[in-house]
Amino acid sequence: MLYEQIAMNKRRTGYVMAGFGLLVLAVGAALGDVFWASWSAGVVGAAIVTAVYMVLMISNSTNVIMSMNHGQEITQEDQAPQLWHLIEDMAMVGQVPMPRVFIINDASPNAFATGNDPAHSAVAVTTGLLERLNREELEGVIGHEVSHIRNYDIRLQTIALALAAAIGFLVNFASNWFWWGGARRRDDDDDQGSAGNVIGLVISVVLLILAPLAASIAQMALSRNREYLADAASVELTRNPQGLISALEKIDDSQPMQAADPNSSALYIGDPFKKKRKLGDLFATHPPIADRIARLEKM
Amino acid sequence: MAWIIAIVIVGLLVIWYVSIYNGLVQIRTHVQESWSQIDVQLKRRNDLIPNLVSTAKGYATYEKSTLQKVVELRNQLTAVPAGDRQQTMEVSNELSGTLRSLFAVAENYPDLKANTQFTNLMEELTNTENKIAYSRQLYNSTVASLNMRVQSFPSNLVANIHHFAMEKYLEVPAEEKATPKVSFDDLNTK
Repeated sequence: MLYEQIAMNKRRTGYVMAGFGLLVLAVGAALGDVFWASWSAGVVGAAIVTAVYMVLMISNSTNVIMSMNHGQEITQEDQAPQLWHLIEDMAMVGQVPMPRVFIINDASPNAFATGNDPAHSAVAVTTGLLERLNREELEGVIGHEVSHIRNYDIRLQTIALALAAAIGFLVNFASNWFWWGGARRRDDDDDQGSAGNVIGLVISVVLLILAPLAASIAQMALSRNREYLADAASVELTRNPQGLISALEKIDDSQPMQAADPNSSALYIGDPFKKKRKLGDLFATHPPIADRIARLEKM
Repeated sequence: MAWIIAIVIVGLLVIWYVSIYNGLVQIRTHVQESWSQIDVQLKRRNDLIPNLVSTAKGYATYEKSTLQKVVELRNQLTAVPAGDRQQTMEVSNELSGTLRSLFAVAENYPDLKANTQFTNLMEELTNTENKIAYSRQLYNSTVASLNMRVQSFPSNLVANIHHFAMEKYLEVPAEEKATPKVSFDDLNTK
């Protein structure tokens, strides 16, 4: 079952990249259309910006994501013996190399994993998690994070995050330009724009407004299902559903995080910002905790 | 023409045979590797126990008889002949149980719990215990895939010729996840 999941995730990474790639190019075309009256220049520009962004992000994703979330790396076992030992255990039983270990100074209990593949991965936990959870609960959480690493969820999320960030950058760039200089085409056109041009312009502006939204909806949808899977895989490693259940209860019953980066919220085991959501909400990064606990209790 | 076909068929058979053989060798190595992972942890625990005894000894009333039993079991474990995995794990399981009960009663000794050396040792030993349990899980799953190959057709033919035998699973103690039962009677009467 695990191998099927890994294969499916690798395929999905391909779909996500293709879908996001098209979105980026569409944004580029819209940008070009609005500002230079040439959609092809925009497509080329967007492709270059995204390529540079992707290379920078993926070659250094762990460090970038950790610094965005204020994670401090620990390199010695005695800096946090229990955490270190549990990560060692889960890496051993999950048969992945030992990930790098980071601690985030935040009183709210939470954790996430990131990286490009199991050989280049990292796990981060908050100080609140270490203080409030007992050993069994902590083990459940670490099992969940190591499962994300094993399933290649981390690669999927890194790429989705990089692409969403690239789209955000392009749209930001567009809106700044719009306020500062206005669209060049409108200045030069002497108000002679044909109906076709006006429609094109409207489509472009709408696209620029909707693109970041589309990017985050796709990112959230990807993340939600992976949480159930990682919960189940964690129990497969620890053989102790109760530990993860009470860990999730403690994570749910806490104040929002201060140190978390909003773009990375999909990575965390529990929603770091504790937004009140309705069931089936498109923007929810996480399935409701009660639902996850109910599934674990059936095991 | 017929010659060429014959040569190709023989060649394919040889390749098939060699790949099955190599697969069996590989999985047998995995079983040995996962056993040595257990072995490393057992040795580590044996090294930690003298420290535990010397730290806890200072607390006069702390479970003298249990400590003694820990030491006995440790010595018994080192005396088990190297190849006997089943017996090694039997003694090891008993030692795990005794250590667990020792830690459970530590809750009643605030002085001992305040001793950082003791709490560090407790973490180290708990870590070792968990690693033993997890490497046993890994060992059993590699044994399962070895046994499956030794039994199933056609790899069983190759296994028979080269004497690949099935391995026994390491039994998981029934009380593994249960809460340990510790009696406090002898403490109260003293």
